[in-house]
Amino acid sequence: MNHPLSQPQRLLAALLVFAALVLGGCGFSTEDSGGGSNEPETEGITLYSGRIPAAIGPAVDSYEAEADRDVKVRFAETADLAATLVEEGDASPADAFFAQEPGAIAAVAEAGLLTKLPQNILDRVPPRYRDPGGRWVGVTGRARVIAYNKDVVMDSELPPSPFGLTAPKWKDRVGWSPASSSMQEYVTALRARYGDDRTKQWLEEMVGNGAVSFPDNVTIRDAIAKGEIDVGLINHYYVAQAISEEGPDYPVAVYFPPGGLGSLMLLTSVGVLESSDRKPEAFAFVRSLLSDKSQQFFTSSSKEYPLAKGAKPDPSLSVPVNQIPVSDSSLVDLKEIQGTIELMQESGAL
Amino acid sequence: VLGARPAPVWLLGAGAIVGLAAVLPAAYLAVVIFGDFSAALETALSSRALATLLRTAALTAAVVVTSVAIALPIGWLTVRTDLPGRRLWAVLCTLPLVIPSYVGAYLLVAALGPNGMVQEALGVNRLPSIYGFTGAWLVLTLFTYPLVLIPLRATLRRIDPQLEDAARAMGRSPLEVFRTVVLPQLWPVIAAGSLLVALFTISDFGAVSILRFRSFTSEIYIAYQSSFDRVAAAALGGVLVVAMLALLFASSRVRGAKAVHRLGPGTLRPAPPYRLGRWRWPALAFCSLIVLVAFALPVGVLIYWASKGISTGSTSLNTIAALGGNSLLIAAWAAAIGAIAALAVAALVVRYPSPASRLIERLSHAGYALPGILVALGLVFFATRAVPALYQTIALLVFAMTIHYLPLAIGPTASSLLQLSPRIEEAARGMGRGQAEVFRTITIPLARGGMMAGAALVFLHAMKELTVTLILSPIGFKTLATDIWTQTTYGFYEASAIPALVLLAVAAIPVYLLSEQGAAPP
Repeated sequence: MNHPLSQPQRLLAALLVFAALVLGGCGFSTEDSGGGSNEPETEGITLYSGRIPAAIGPAVDSYEAEADRDVKVRFAETADLAATLVEEGDASPADAFFAQEPGAIAAVAEAGLLTKLPQNILDRVPPRYRDPGGRWVGVTGRARVIAYNKDVVMDSELPPSPFGLTAPKWKDRVGWSPASSSMQEYVTALRARYGDDRTKQWLEEMVGNGAVSFPDNVTIRDAIAKGEIDVGLINHYYVAQAISEEGPDYPVAVYFPPGGLGSLMLLTSVGVLESSDRKPEAFAFVRSLLSDKSQQFFTSSSKEYPLAKGAKPDPSLSVPVNQIPVSDSSLVDLKEIQGTIELMQESGAL
Repeated sequence: VLGARPAPVWLLGAGAIVGLAAVLPAAYLAVVIFGDFSAALETALSSRALATLLRTAALTAAVVVTSVAIALPIGWLTVRTDLPGRRLWAVLCTLPLVIPSYVGAYLLVAALGPNGMVQEALGVNRLPSIYGFTGAWLVLTLFTYPLVLIPLRATLRRIDPQLEDAARAMGRSPLEVFRTVVLPQLWPVIAAGSLLVALFTISDFGAVSILRFRSFTSEIYIAYQSSFDRVAAAALGGVLVVAMLALLFASSRVRGAKAVHRLGPGTLRPAPPYRLGRWRWPALAFCSLIVLVAFALPVGVLIYWASKGISTGSTSLNTIAALGGNSLLIAAWAAAIGAIAALAVAALVVRYPSPASRLIERLSHAGYALPGILVALGLVFFATRAVPALYQTIALLVFAMTIHYLPLAIGPTASSLLQLSPRIEEAARGMGRGQAEVFRTITIPLARGGMMAGAALVFLHAMKELTVTLILSPIGFKTLATDIWTQTTYGFYEASAIPALVLLAVAAIPVYLLSEQGAAPP
């Protein structure tokens, strides 16, 4: 009998043989977080990371070298990892969780999955950058700022807070990213400070003033650099990263609006799982993230604010960390972000 | 049809195992929903959920209609006419299937979005927004219509031309012949392909998230990301399962009992191609437009980014090879297991129709209607409780992929069984062979073409899969898709282009074979 599909059959057979070779011959290939070649053999903690390899690799490598322990890292979206931790419950293979957004770690803490951190870890970070219940600590901070094209706009022209970007002067010149979680957290903080009515009014005026929607911070920055828009609401470090790559002639600069919630600090944070049977090691890992060396790495590579006491922000960060407001506890009230999304939809921003 | 004959126990048992495996994610939703039933009910019946359901239904209907509108002419032109280069067009028009929806969506944004490439090229201030319905519709249509095209072409090849000859002899125009003779024979396969497109649309997250269309999957994601509300997410997932059942019901009504059997391969006279004459120019223009927008432009952008990425030296070939090997490993296993599982379900549904086999078929579709995050979390839930030793292993990952994409393999397998008359099997049984022997020596060889096509589709989708891989893979296990994700998360589009191109190249192999399905002379 002659089968018309003998070709795919042969292909599939070839694929299976290849797969078997890959599996049998060399095991499946895995790569470590930082890509370092001298990985310690000793088994160590498992980390769930909502931050990508480039953002944490050297800090993990540095702990591995000092502790002579191998850290296994699972990378995924912060929110997906938080949901996974909740489903895993006590059976979680994770010992620590490094969250990119503040809401996620609060949710995991609320589910009773994080253990209280030792006081000597909590003391490494000022109280406003950590969970009041001591279940997580902030590692780095990202400030919401106004980025602007310094060839077109003088910083003296910029308004004291983003509320001023609704003036006719800024019509069709402003970029923002209503769909990004950092923007949504900023709006949540606005609601907590100024109330829903004032926040909605601002959102509507922004839309009415022709604010241009971008998918994320990076595209806003690049659009400013290309001169397509003149200012944008973004996280500060995206500009700092570009300046460190492109040099001081890079046309985009950041402006920390002094007024109101002009610049708001959003935290990346870490916690240790209650179910971990390697808690002392996990604590040591958290301590390592807050060490001068790792804090130095975070601030110099990603230009984020280091949050540990005594850590020095990268010289490019001209605004002192203590001048940047932190949202109050309302930020981690998760139901609030849902309300924010609804408000942004009602006002036409989202 | 031998509807009265009960299915052999072993086949029913195999089908039941497949159905139960595939229903695990839905069972997890049920566990969560019944954990807080009143809250779940409130979410599922809220006006917000209703609005989302209507939006998603509108998107699904639009994507299905345009997919058929693209696939039908292309299928006809590449099988039944003298379109110049028709075999090449068949391959080119099937290739958009290799582009993951998230890649397609961010390429669309890069090209047509605010301050994108097209706007730059045209030098205009603002283009009509591609966000929301328009963009999601465009992307999902362009990258899923081959799911209709592939089975359509396979069926068009097998249509017996004698009916058409008779109709023409009676003086009907070609258009009338198509409408009254050809189209009725195509509805079942169009319905089957449309079902896959519809289920893909309701479960897709990549395109709708990037293009900011608030479909059910976006709402599910918002429930996790913003309010961390697993009950709300599960309730919305439950609505998706109900929607899936409705779609399946509608599709089976269209497919109905219109089985068109032939006695076997080899009895078919190839149909003489229609001459297009002057019509070949608009036909070529149509095919070119689709290939340009759905394949050439996306690949062009990727190549452009890749050239920039190579010049900055960001990706090592060894890394890419290892990633490709991992992707291939998972996809090949999922394809092989999926094809076998699909055979059990398809044989039950086609050869032994009964309430039990219909139930198994419906259960088998549950994993495809749900977004990856719910499939992943469902298996997290059960694996950590029931088989902790398998949690986050290759075996569990392959299992998850298989149940996530199983319906892609069931469809073609069922089609190939439908086309061949059960009388062959009956004859063999009449000669005293046992059911198991008939299944082994007759049914499996007859279904092989469909199984291979199904395996290729599972392979292709498993190559592109992201969320399930991120959560359920062994720790440190990376694939081409996860690498693309890592790079694009921080806007490193240039660096993501190289793994994306490799993924496309590997996935293009089964697509090529799919487009050639049945092309060899019998």
